[in-house]
Amino acid sequence: MTLLSLDRLTVRRGACPVVDAATLSVAAGELVGLIGPNGAGKTTLMRGALGLLPHEGRSSLTDLAPQARARHAAWLPQSREIAWPVSVETLVMLGRTPHLAAGQRPTDADRAAVARAIATMDLAGFETRPATELSGGEQARVLIARALAQDTALILADEPIAGLDPGHQIATMAAFAALARAGKALVVSLHDLGLAARHCTRLVLMHKGRIHADGPPEAVLTQDNLRAVFHISAHLTRGPEGVIFQPLEVLP
Amino acid sequence: MTRALFPGLVLLTAALVLVSLLTGPAGFGPGESLSALLTGQGEAVTLVMREIRLPRALLAVLVGASLGLSGAALQGYLRNPLAEPGLIGVSGSAALGAVIALQTGAAAAFGLALPLMALAGAVVAVLLILLLAGPRGGSLTLILAGIAISALAGALTSLALNLSPNPFATAEIVFWMMGSLADRSLTHVWLAAPFMALGWALLLPLGRGLDALTLGEDAAAALGVRLARLRLRLVLGVAACVGAATAVAGAIGFVGLVVPHLLRPLVGARPSVLLPASALGGAAMVLLADIAVRLVLPERDLKLGVLMAIVGAPLFLHLIFKTRRAAA
Repeated sequence: MTLLSLDRLTVRRGACPVVDAATLSVAAGELVGLIGPNGAGKTTLMRGALGLLPHEGRSSLTDLAPQARARHAAWLPQSREIAWPVSVETLVMLGRTPHLAAGQRPTDADRAAVARAIATMDLAGFETRPATELSGGEQARVLIARALAQDTALILADEPIAGLDPGHQIATMAAFAALARAGKALVVSLHDLGLAARHCTRLVLMHKGRIHADGPPEAVLTQDNLRAVFHISAHLTRGPEGVIFQPLEVLP
Repeated sequence: MTRALFPGLVLLTAALVLVSLLTGPAGFGPGESLSALLTGQGEAVTLVMREIRLPRALLAVLVGASLGLSGAALQGYLRNPLAEPGLIGVSGSAALGAVIALQTGAAAAFGLALPLMALAGAVVAVLLILLLAGPRGGSLTLILAGIAISALAGALTSLALNLSPNPFATAEIVFWMMGSLADRSLTHVWLAAPFMALGWALLLPLGRGLDALTLGEDAAAALGVRLARLRLRLVLGVAACVGAATAVAGAIGFVGLVVPHLLRPLVGARPSVLLPASALGGAAMVLLADIAVRLVLPERDLKLGVLMAIVGAPLFLHLIFKTRRAAA
């Protein structure tokens, strides 16, 4: 089942296209890693797809009304904004906003979704702590939990694991992979190509606003693509422990 | 904590209304005053209670609730605890509108001219603030925008004062700049109440959207919040509340700053709960201040706006200090 389809999506800043005619289709069960150098258009692609930026071309998400879209797709922005010292539980409960009618109080189902998200992100015991008093990495996990609590078929996340410690980076990617296996679809931008290669079912490589390559990790992380887009060389093997990817050096 | 807060605030406000009704230079006994208010026995005391003290207490509730609610709503939208209608020039611009109505004689010719002009002044100010502070509303740009608008409104008010045709108009204009609830009638209540009710109806349902904005504009929009509609309701609601409050009471600052600041820890910092709490808290605070101006200097007609500024300005300094420490 296709959960996201983009048809020649173009987002311009001034006259210059930041995302140039991106065509992409994401189905249930996929964990798509969106990779590319800084400024390649990863964030803009996701924001355009959600209808948060004016765009040309078609996105299946912008066909939906705001509340219906919020029930179908969750968005985790890169900026980790928590404006007020609300408790962790209150913050995660914000993910339930699209599921509540005007004036409706959270039901047991909402509370259960929040508890699941808190447990998935290893935040048990933090529920009553003010979210603003946590460390940066802990705040990042709280915000991921908020997106998970939204309980949508599709999750778009912009660099969700940046700034997390290695254990929580791996745990988060494993949690994402488990969600994908359970029938959701995720599009996750990230810079750690090793984690991307290991956990994602598919990689989309962006370069100067265009989709440069799209396919299984080993088909995308070729020496040619890495040289053309990142200007690096790397070592990639498939061993008994899965795909191992190690960037080596910057090419002249 | 939150569960006990609302009954507590309602009781506090009701008690302060009672004290406000029983405070004044006329020196009637409490039993005599209240029975006169309810039954109309005793001509002089009934007149004092129904024509002087009742409007004063009612206006304190209406003005305080409107200003407290506006402050909480602006802070929630801009995600900034320093946003306050008086501080960022909304009250000043509303007062300017009122002054222009007085100066040009429009207020004398047409009864609704004064509140409508105050309202228009408030709308222009809120629009300018949102335009200047930008979508993200950082502290610095917000305060700078507020200073600019306050300065402009102040200068234009001074110009009106400067060009005022006679000393009576001058005295009236000076009065708008200080803010007071003394010598108001029920006419003032009926003038302000519809606009304020409209403002409350616009602002109180914004809670869920403001909660979602805790995560920033992008995340809120992706949660299904229609930001353009929210912003429009906020502008109109704050303008209706502050415009109407200023039209009947003059410029009263700091209510929208002090009240949400005091109540925020008691509501778990949730903007949606802070809205009604700040409305009740604002009513209690203005009642308290209006009782205080009658008790502190009973003969000198201490102005309410002056007292609020003396109480509020140090707290504002404290907040700036705290914001700076948090940013460091």
